[in-house]
Amino acid sequence: MDLGAINPILLIAALMSAATPILLAATGELVVERSGVLNLGVEGMMIVGAICGFAIAVETGSPMIGFVAAAVGGAALSLLFALLTQVALANQVASGLALTLFGLGLSALLGQSYVGVKPPRMGDVDFGLLADIPVLGPILFSHDPVLYIGVLLVAAVWATLKLTRLGLILRAVGENHDAAHALGYKVVRIRTLAIMFGGALAGMGGAYISLIRVPQWTEGMTAGVGWIALALVVFASWKPWRVLLGAYLFGGITQLQLNLQGAGVAIPVEYLAMSPYIITIVVLVILSADRSAAPGSLGRTFHASN
Amino acid sequence: MKLTTFLAGAAVALGLATGAVADGHEKTKVGFVYVGPIGDGGWTYEHNKGRLAVEEALGDKVETVYVENVAEGPDAERVMTQMALDGADLIFTTSFGYMDATINVAQKFPNVKFEHATGYKRAENVSTYSARFYEGRAIQGHIAGKMTESNIIGYIASYPIPEVIRGINSAYIHAAKVNPDVEFKIIWVYTWFDPAKEADAAKALIEQGADVVLQHTDSTAPQAAAQEAGNVMTFGQASDMAQYAPFPRVSSIIDDWAPYYIARTQAVIDGTWESMDTWDGIGPGMVAIGEISDAVPADVKEEALAMKAAIADGSYHPFTGPLKKQDGSDWLADGEVADDGTLAGMNFYVEGITGEIPQ
Repeated sequence: MDLGAINPILLIAALMSAATPILLAATGELVVERSGVLNLGVEGMMIVGAICGFAIAVETGSPMIGFVAAAVGGAALSLLFALLTQVALANQVASGLALTLFGLGLSALLGQSYVGVKPPRMGDVDFGLLADIPVLGPILFSHDPVLYIGVLLVAAVWATLKLTRLGLILRAVGENHDAAHALGYKVVRIRTLAIMFGGALAGMGGAYISLIRVPQWTEGMTAGVGWIALALVVFASWKPWRVLLGAYLFGGITQLQLNLQGAGVAIPVEYLAMSPYIITIVVLVILSADRSAAPGSLGRTFHASN
Repeated sequence: MKLTTFLAGAAVALGLATGAVADGHEKTKVGFVYVGPIGDGGWTYEHNKGRLAVEEALGDKVETVYVENVAEGPDAERVMTQMALDGADLIFTTSFGYMDATINVAQKFPNVKFEHATGYKRAENVSTYSARFYEGRAIQGHIAGKMTESNIIGYIASYPIPEVIRGINSAYIHAAKVNPDVEFKIIWVYTWFDPAKEADAAKALIEQGADVVLQHTDSTAPQAAAQEAGNVMTFGQASDMAQYAPFPRVSSIIDDWAPYYIARTQAVIDGTWESMDTWDGIGPGMVAIGEISDAVPADVKEEALAMKAAIADGSYHPFTGPLKKQDGSDWLADGEVADDGTLAGMNFYVEGITGEIPQ
């Protein structure tokens, strides 16, 4: 065993990067679910975002434009889901699953000519002297811009839901769409916008994997991250800061367990491999011992005639 | 009443379908079950190249179908059953974890031939085939041992199965032979294909000082991670991964399934197919060594090629004694060569590797 081989500073820096795709996708899905829609297509939107972002970044040479394209791609795919569930009133669970399958297939098709291509590198934000602070510098001030955008988005979503009129309307639609409708709010329009927001964030999360974390394009490269993001929203009781906590916990323990293995710690590998899932769930379940419940209209179909 | 009519109809249809197999319909249908996407750039990519080679070589006589991204487990059984029902005459199942599923489905379809890659369970209509990847690992180990400066070699392992353990042992033996100070850091990722996880594992190994990373997973993500790190060397796995040459990828193990797939399909067409076990290496060409790039000094390259030639003509076996097991007990005496049975079921590390194999 050689615990000295693990550098805690590098580990924390790595966990923030590892958690960002989950964080982005889960934050988007949180808004969608708070508006009363269950979109199981996160994985599909992520992978489509991953290839849209990758392709555009390669073509334009700019990773930032790539991320914008990923958001547009994810939102465009989510529009399909909105069309099915909000206009055609299809079952949300089935539509979401279909969206995932469709997204996986579509991304493989779009990505055929991008296998083995190297994307342009996204530079880190330049904080000048701040990055030279011992310990804090490498942990807090040495990342790419999208990582900071992810954290800022969590704060923005929290503030919007809690403090603004817009957030109140969104929550009203999610808690009781009939009442919201009776008050004159456009339930379908609000939900469609929420779905697109979720799609855009999922797309960015996917692009974070293909442009920054891996960075390359491979079919099926999100490999289930979307499902983890979905689970995280539920275990975080639909609260933004808990999503952040859960994502960092999950990313952190994933990184830690890989490092512990490399250092030859005498814990059986099976326990290490399952630890991110178990610890994240346990912590979030303990936190959600208060009375937070799912949005009242979650997953229910709305039609103005009801 | 309606149900029984339906069932009777289904039975007739099934009878017709199997009848068609029995009297040899026009095209021989060959199915492939893949564990990853065909664009993974590694393991599945090479199997799919084999499939395309079958189509090209046998032309109108065959029709091929494939299903990619099939999870190991019940899903695999469902996919195989569907293939058999759709009239496949020969089905290649290309991952170790499909072993039990293959045997189960084969029992239900005695007229369909199955070929399972890297497994050890056979039946009347189930053959197994694999390649001696460990021969390639020996060459990798030699180059890695010569090239490492930190004396730390990282190894991304997938599942603790004999094939993977054999690879680790073979690489370690040959790295330690040329560099007694070498240390292997092994990370088990419990997946064949998950680019993000593979990249994370590679980064963790690099952060812990590894300057050579070997992988037994299917994607090119570790190559990309090494490229980003700058001074870390890798080897292509299952496929050449030449897009990362000449550095970080300095060489590779390439699986060449095409000749085998063509021969076995031809055997089905001719009616000469028999259940058998095939385990070929560098000699017959099932394992190829990708070009050793100029990042490797000429003398090391020469030694590696000499070892390749010796393995190919049978004068050298990568598991030649004296070798001890990890616990210090004797395994092979001086000059003794490991038998295939022990290799096929290998569940122990050789002496010098630290850590335990997950059980």
